Amino acid sequence: MKRAVTLTINGEAISSEIEPRTTLVDFLREDVMLTGTHVGCEHGVCGACSVLLDGTPIRSCLLFAIQAEGHEVTTVEGLVEEDGSLGLLQDSFWETHAMQCGYCTPGMLIAAYGLLAESADPTEAEIREAISGNLCRCTGYVQIVDAVRLAAARMRQQ
Amino acid sequence: MTDTTPRIYVSTKRRPKEDGRFVSGAGRFVADIARPGMLHVALVTSPYPAAQIINVDTSVAAACPGVVTILAGPELANATAPLANAVDTPGVKIFPLAQSTVRYVGEWVVAVAAETRAMAEDAAELVEIDYDPMPFVVDPTEALGPSSPPVHSDHGNNILYDRVFTWGPVTDDFTISPHQLSFHVRWGRSATVPIETFGVIAEWGAGNQILDVWASIQMPSYPEQIASSLKIPLNRVRVHYDVDVGGSYGVKRGIKHTILVGYLARKLSRPIRLIEDRLENMTGGDMHGPDRRFDVSVAFDAQGVIRSLKLRALEDVGAQTGRAPFQLGKPVSAIVGAYRINSVEYHATAVSTNKTGQTAVRGFGMSPTNVALEMAVDKVARYLSLSRLTVRRRNFIRAYEFPYRIPSGSEYDSGNYHTVLAKARDLSNLDKLLARRDAARALGYVAGIGLATCLEPGGGNSAFEPLLNPKNETTTWPESCAIKVDRTGRVTATIATSSSGQGHQTLVATIIGEELEIDPDQIQVLHSDTLSALPGNTPVASRMAIMLGGAAAGAARKIRERVIQIGAHNLGCGLDDVIYCNGRVVRVGYGGQFITLDHIALIAHREFHNLPPGLSEPGLQAIHVEQVPQGGTLPKSDGRVQMYPCYSFAAHMVYAEIDRLTGKVSLEDYSIAHDCGTVINPDIVRGMVIGGAAHGIGAALYEEFVYNSAGQLLSGTFVDYVMPSAHEVPYIRVAEHCTPSPLTSHGQKGVGEGGYLGAPAAVMSAVNDALNPFGVECLELPLRASKLADLLAEAE
Ligand code: FES
Ligand code: FES
Repeated sequence: MKRAVTLTINGEAISSEIEPRTTLVDFLREDVMLTGTHVGCEHGVCGACSVLLDGTPIRSCLLFAIQAEGHEVTTVEGLVEEDGSLGLLQDSFWETHAMQCGYCTPGMLIAAYGLLAESADPTEAEIREAISGNLCRCTGYVQIVDAVRLAAARMRQQ
Repeated sequence: MTDTTPRIYVSTKRRPKEDGRFVSGAGRFVADIARPGMLHVALVTSPYPAAQIINVDTSVAAACPGVVTILAGPELANATAPLANAVDTPGVKIFPLAQSTVRYVGEWVVAVAAETRAMAEDAAELVEIDYDPMPFVVDPTEALGPSSPPVHSDHGNNILYDRVFTWGPVTDDFTISPHQLSFHVRWGRSATVPIETFGVIAEWGAGNQILDVWASIQMPSYPEQIASSLKIPLNRVRVHYDVDVGGSYGVKRGIKHTILVGYLARKLSRPIRLIEDRLENMTGGDMHGPDRRFDVSVAFDAQGVIRSLKLRALEDVGAQTGRAPFQLGKPVSAIVGAYRINSVEYHATAVSTNKTGQTAVRGFGMSPTNVALEMAVDKVARYLSLSRLTVRRRNFIRAYEFPYRIPSGSEYDSGNYHTVLAKARDLSNLDKLLARRDAARALGYVAGIGLATCLEPGGGNSAFEPLLNPKNETTTWPESCAIKVDRTGRVTATIATSSSGQGHQTLVATIIGEELEIDPDQIQVLHSDTLSALPGNTPVASRMAIMLGGAAAGAARKIRERVIQIGAHNLGCGLDDVIYCNGRVVRVGYGGQFITLDHIALIAHREFHNLPPGLSEPGLQAIHVEQVPQGGTLPKSDGRVQMYPCYSFAAHMVYAEIDRLTGKVSLEDYSIAHDCGTVINPDIVRGMVIGGAAHGIGAALYEEFVYNSAGQLLSGTFVDYVMPSAHEVPYIRVAEHCTPSPLTSHGQKGVGEGGYLGAPAAVMSAVNDALNPFGVECLELPLRASKLADLLAEAE
């Protein structure tokens, strides 16, 4: 039995008919074709599926899409500037090479984005806390910490 | 020897080419690829460590909505050849789906193909299988015994490989040495566990009769094994390498997955996809890593100079063979580490048990061996009350001794271990760390400093294959690059591999940019597919900077030579009258008269009349297939062989504190000095070193596939299999040293594995330094908090 769902994704209103058991991440990836959000565990540990729900990072594998009814979802694809160029945080990740395989990167960006929305000058400990729910197997996190620091500094200059 | 070559792009900070697509969410991973009409697979797996399959009833499942087919083992086995068995173990035949028996929990028994993954999962739950449980074995030492139930009954016992190698006068060296120490070390079963599970899509083209494969793969001989198992000609298998691989570090080798979907794709004439979920990955994914027990003996003198080493390694490869036993072979390439040890006895045994199968893990078996070796050095130091640095310095191969041949036959190309160790000491500010440790101890804290070094062999020719299996005569392991300069002068290179985070596009563009003196950002680098690709062996064994770098340099140098020929001819002068500079051929001494690469490209493609006589081939393109430096020879009868050409080196220093009550280890300070020769891209290298160390910290402290006595895997989720987060990995500092390799295009060596080779030993060293004042030790990885807490409690 399918059910209707209406939500905003990256600023665009989306309506769809889906099975109630569809998770938000599957909905984003398979129905809306936004494949930037990844799946690592489907049990809420790795953070690869992180998206912003009304501005707060959440795990889209732990939410049914219908639970996002009426909410605003932002995925990595929505972090770009209006002209389509990379957002400052994305550019900072590139500048410090805060990734290798790139699989955890969208989730990391979301976690860091959530932090920077709250805090203009986070300490290393705060950065680590903010990304500690996101596993990265490649980097050892150091260049990710560097990236978030760089992004914060650049944002303060703006 | 240090590197003073002036360079334009190599070794300078440049943003990696790949990162732009990853930060924008535009990476293209296998799960992002959807083929029209694609079906999805879910698996029914064994709940028993060993059992006879009595009956499989698929009738209810088959009637479920969306189900297209249900496949069991016998049908698949009838249609395919067994999966490759690396050491040709007699009586061991492996197919993707179990035949009449299951051999481990999680082994695939039945595959369901349906219109969606959810439908396939729904139906999979309704497949009824009757089993008759059989005796099984979980403990590798028990598995060695003649009365243990054989995992593969046709093999008769559980010993898959067993050989004693002796290199040099071990008995004499032990006899004449005044001191000896023996101990036991254990490396727990862990793996690389990429955040992306394995996935594959197969599609059979009715028209072109080609099997197209998109996969999250990092596996040498992948198309060859697909072709041979599916019994189709190799030139009908096309593996697409333009798929981003979400981490691998060795394990992305889903050959059985591929045979399964390849078979179904042909049978059903529909594209079919299998993406493991996390549980399938952890249990049936056959991606566990080394699980090893060592008995170590060293013979040494009063100065701490180690003369001889005896190493007995027992590897529990689980229920599948694959390439797992080879992981006992690679350590032979650097069996003495950085030390001038005169003789070695190495007893390598691989046993099967009723556990998930093993595959290649970062370092291919070297990291466990390095733990054994480094603990030996630490123990010698402690026994003689010498500093661990001093003992290492006394045993290190001296810088003037390179190239240096070790007892097991490999020649190390270059290095300067004393300098790198000094850099690690300085970076860690060792005096301050010692003061910090002692102050912490005075306050009652359990604190220790760890030190470990490691060798990282890179770029090998897979010599462990003929070493462990004499039927295998592999003596090369080439890598290729093709470059074409189009009519407008734009450069495109194609490479024969997919990448899983190593930055091969950046590597190739940087090296071609360096050779042709053009901006690497303007160079296109494409991952091709196996039908259009030249020979390649994928990014295993820290080989790509060496081998793909060498291939790119080789091809670029051919282009450059041709460009100079055409340029000189069109400038009306001889080859000696021109130089190549910044994408131009310049006539020396003629007021800077020059001709651009773009113009030369146009001539090459369109103006045959302007080509120099003797150049009969139009266009501007080159291929280069790089042979492994030092490769080409089979092992001698005693096992001596040149296994790898290039040897990187690293020294790790770490400061750790252990919570007295909980046993929790926190790494408060971590420094690495390393030498991988010439660095191609500094940010990529730094990331590899730190990321490898983080991975090693996981293996040292947290990660383990734990089996209970009933043969059940207890850590099949990320809740139980704990990987380090940003809380556990400290801000690792890195210092570089450069001893160029004399064997490679720009002096580069490998770097992808070194962090992982050093960290577990360094962490174990730190923990045992912390435990030392309490008179206890722990030589078992992972160093679980509960274990350490118990040890400390007992000691008090
Ligand atoms: S996929 Fe959602 S947390 Fe891992
Ligand atoms: S970049 Fe590969 S998992 Fe983070």
